[in-house]
Amino acid sequence: MTRAQVVRRIVKPLIWAVGLGIPAWLTWGAFHDALGTDPVETIQRWTGKGALIGLFLTLAITPLRRASGWNELIRLRRLLGLFSFFLASLHLASYVVFDQSFSLTEIRKDVVEHPWVTAGFAAWLMLVPLALTSTTAMVRRLGPRWKRLHQLVYLAAAAGVLHFLWQVKKDARTPALFGLVLVVLLAARLPVWSRRAQRAPVRALDSPRTPG
Amino acid sequence: MLIRQGGDLPESAITPESLYLNRRAFVAAAGGIALGALLPPGWSPPRRSGDLKPTPYKDVTTYNNYYEFGTDKGSPAKLAGALRVSPWTVEVAGEVKRPGKYAIEDLVRPYPAQERIYRHRCVEGWSMVVPWLGFPLGDLIKRLEPTSRAKYVEFTTLNDPAQMPGQRYDILPWPYVEGLRMDEAMHPLTLMVTGLYGKPLPNQNGAPLRLVVPWKYGFKGGKAIVRIRFMETQPDTTWNIAVPSEYGFYANVNPQVDHPRWSQARERPIGEFFKQDTLMFNGYGDQVAKLYSGMDLRANY
Repeated sequence: MTRAQVVRRIVKPLIWAVGLGIPAWLTWGAFHDALGTDPVETIQRWTGKGALIGLFLTLAITPLRRASGWNELIRLRRLLGLFSFFLASLHLASYVVFDQSFSLTEIRKDVVEHPWVTAGFAAWLMLVPLALTSTTAMVRRLGPRWKRLHQLVYLAAAAGVLHFLWQVKKDARTPALFGLVLVVLLAARLPVWSRRAQRAPVRALDSPRTPG
Repeated sequence: MLIRQGGDLPESAITPESLYLNRRAFVAAAGGIALGALLPPGWSPPRRSGDLKPTPYKDVTTYNNYYEFGTDKGSPAKLAGALRVSPWTVEVAGEVKRPGKYAIEDLVRPYPAQERIYRHRCVEGWSMVVPWLGFPLGDLIKRLEPTSRAKYVEFTTLNDPAQMPGQRYDILPWPYVEGLRMDEAMHPLTLMVTGLYGKPLPNQNGAPLRLVVPWKYGFKGGKAIVRIRFMETQPDTTWNIAVPSEYGFYANVNPQVDHPRWSQARERPIGEFFKQDTLMFNGYGDQVAKLYSGMDLRANY
């Protein structure tokens, strides 16, 4: 099998299976009393961690591609990103439905008053434009602006980790591990970023691409 | 065995039926058919605030915050079984006329076990209803004869990392210490617990001896108590030492005073999908509010 075939026939179906498998299992479990003592907590833990891990995998694609030379990996990035957004949306939906019983007043109050909710909501909000502009047509239409817009993913991932960290009572080991993974993923980009900055020292990020 | 159901909720503390039904109607309307499809088979009507229907035994004994056995709520049920709860000695110390080391049997024997069905509200925002077995702490205190200088009672949990693997990590400063003001300790609702569901207390629930104060957040109820100390000054309690801005000495259940990071207005009854309103003093306000008259509950969280 060629690399492209491995990606298409094995890795992609695997991502679909996990991305759809998690909500399918949670739904089945809710109907069959199989989600443990606090089913809502189970739903929120799996969708929340799933969304963050999905974002980490999305962010891992580029460094992995550079390190391995497997350019075909890039075909997985959009799928991973969209599944992260899907799980994050289910996570938010479970909060709106189970925690707040659809009360917009309570939700607004909670988002404004409690930083961990603010961070979580902000993370989801930042993912919305990324999901909306993920189609090939939008990538073409936005051109270089697409890349700049999609740098929001770093901020969204950081907000997601803060949301996780600020939620725990005392034992912050797991969210700290998530934070560490994010730092490693960002650090893996530093060499490329600094090289790029050296190569084009004059051109600031926001300046027009055509010479003046 | 004397069966008494302590702390019945007065009608006034219950959310009026009309409000309650309105909220349900709203949920039903908003959720519509999609929500209906989500409801598991065998679905029973949700609990309402003030409910005293006991949470199933399995949930009460497998969902425990007992950091001495790990921070995961499932860990205590898996790891606490090995704890040796017999023989067990409790030291009585401090401002008291009958200090000493007591075998637990001698402490507990004089008091017939009573069943008390109490609401149990965790500071994390979930709740249970537990049929405890125990006796009023006040009865024990009277027998131990505290001196006139005793203003507070402190409860210390066993410190034994060999038996309590969670203590090998300094997640919290060990041993776990909790405390009450003397009038809180003497209140008839305050219970020394030795069992639940008519059986001896499972280790993961704090065997052989734990404290239950139903109008306070669950963390006030120290487990596996090895020392009861009477003090003139307010004891330093574990969660208060660990995160003073979030956990105070009083820790009374109060839907109007939020945790700095999350709301305390509502709670999820364990096993339910939807939350219910949290009641002032966990629904025991008629019995205990007078203990705090004139106190700023926002400052004394």
